[in-house]
Amino acid sequence: MPAKPTTTAASTPLAAVLVAGAVGVVGLLIVVPLASVFYEAFARGVGAWWSALADDPDTRHAIWLSLTVAPVAVAINTVFGVAAAWLVARFRFPGRSLLISLFDVPFSVSPVVAGLALVLIFGRQGLLGPTLAWLDWKVIFAWPGLVLATTFVTLPLVVRELIPVMEAIGPEEEMAAVSLGASGWQVFWRVTLPNIRWALLHGIVLANARAMGEFGAVYVVSGHIAGATDTMPLRVEKLFQEYRQPASMAVASVLAGLALVTLVAKFVIERRLEAESRELEATRTLGDDQHTRQLEGAAA
Amino acid sequence: MPHQTPAMIALADSSAFATGAARPAARITRRRHAAVLPGFGTSLAITSLVVLALIVFPLAVLVLRAASLGPAGFLAAAWTPRARAAYGVSLSASVIAAVASSLLGLLVAWVLARVSFPGRRILDALVDVPLALPTAVAGLVYSALYVKKGWLGQWLVPLGIQGAYSYLGIVLVLVFVSLPFAIRVVQPVIESLDRDTEEAARILGASRTQTFLRVVLPAILPAVVTGFALSLARALGEYGSVVFISGNMPFKTEIAPVLIVARLEEFAYAEATTVAVLLLAMSITLLVIVNTLQQRLARNAQ
Repeated sequence: MPAKPTTTAASTPLAAVLVAGAVGVVGLLIVVPLASVFYEAFARGVGAWWSALADDPDTRHAIWLSLTVAPVAVAINTVFGVAAAWLVARFRFPGRSLLISLFDVPFSVSPVVAGLALVLIFGRQGLLGPTLAWLDWKVIFAWPGLVLATTFVTLPLVVRELIPVMEAIGPEEEMAAVSLGASGWQVFWRVTLPNIRWALLHGIVLANARAMGEFGAVYVVSGHIAGATDTMPLRVEKLFQEYRQPASMAVASVLAGLALVTLVAKFVIERRLEAESRELEATRTLGDDQHTRQLEGAAA
Repeated sequence: MPHQTPAMIALADSSAFATGAARPAARITRRRHAAVLPGFGTSLAITSLVVLALIVFPLAVLVLRAASLGPAGFLAAAWTPRARAAYGVSLSASVIAAVASSLLGLLVAWVLARVSFPGRRILDALVDVPLALPTAVAGLVYSALYVKKGWLGQWLVPLGIQGAYSYLGIVLVLVFVSLPFAIRVVQPVIESLDRDTEEAARILGASRTQTFLRVVLPAILPAVVTGFALSLARALGEYGSVVFISGNMPFKTEIAPVLIVARLEEFAYAEATTVAVLLLAMSITLLVIVNTLQQRLARNAQ
């Protein structure tokens, strides 16, 4: 049962001081840096900002690369997230808790460690290095490595969104659909997906933001080759190392803009999610006997 | 668990929801009818393929590669003076940042949960910025802010406070990246606190401080500790933002993840791997601690 909102107005001196403190913390640590990205990026005018992005072929390539790596990683995440959430939320089997803990591992492992592990497998001196060389496939210092590293760091994001929502909804509707003769895919497209769509979208938005912005894991597997394996965040770093701060800030401002778009999308989706979970709560509290009566009515 | 949006939970990467939040009624029906639902085989195949190929296999290869050095070889590679210094910087900066995040996070969470003021929703939304902003951008901007000519550096550097290319810089960006974790775990717990108990304490003559220390703090402490552990885990593994601001001076401002990359670029695989395994061990330990705490938290909430 959700508690009533128990906020007090900031009228007492203590409350006012606390609010000022919180605003100060968020302002200094978050707002000032965010504002300064855009200020620095546009300090020389929109024209200079645009030419820093568009006139540098390596920067153009980095933007293009980010736009091709992130969607693939997000797509893998979506398929995995839906399958894993279905598995964990709808079935009980040995090893289930262990599996759920494993979903969290990419969150707590340093991205650099993840990148290194991929190098140890796919790198020239790695476990599969000779095989890959024989097949003439390049994973490390190439696009597949970027996708693998990005997928690893974003892996928990979609599944973590879906599990609680699917657990809360419960399997009743899906079981009803099955008992009425629906096939597995019909249940998924007609019952499950409409129920989880906002949570899924939320996970995708978060995964996309993380995929676009990932640095550590991608840094290790990319080899950092300008015009070839530099994604946008890596380009930011390279320009920074070359003392081209304005150009670096311009690329950073694109990423920061993307982050803001993500937050707005997240905010909108969260309101939908909250509304739906309230609806669910309301139907649940209608009571079982009413539900039974409805069923009896339907039967008669 | 009332009041927590799934989003918050996921951001705090807890597993509490997944393990403990299903409604008992739903669970019983599911047990009885689980066999009815289709897709067990397919979802099990996809899930185990991805988890094994992407998580278990790479990390196992990492650990086996380190183990193949033997105990003496492992120690020789993992315990060099430069590596020891890097562990020291990583651990101390992360602990300081996690403590700062927990304290500042408690303040922000309290205000967001308890006080209504104009702009509260905006403040609430801004808290998520560090989760969405690429860490490279954070590192770049922080270093630009705290250098001598920067917005903040122009005031701080004359006072002798070097926020860029220093140990302090590392702590600053680590606080930035870990702050949302500290806030989002504590905020829903404060929201769900029963205010009657606090009022009762006040009516019975307890001061504000006494009420906070004796009534509120015990109730929110598990959440604060969880937030601390999450912040610490996040800070220990952070690379992107630190590499911009720390200056990466061996023995002084070099953190363990930066050392791993440096060794890797020198093709010193043994040392990179052993340092990575130690870092991995710390992360996994923290993950286990967080999961245990989260389960306790979920139990308390019920």
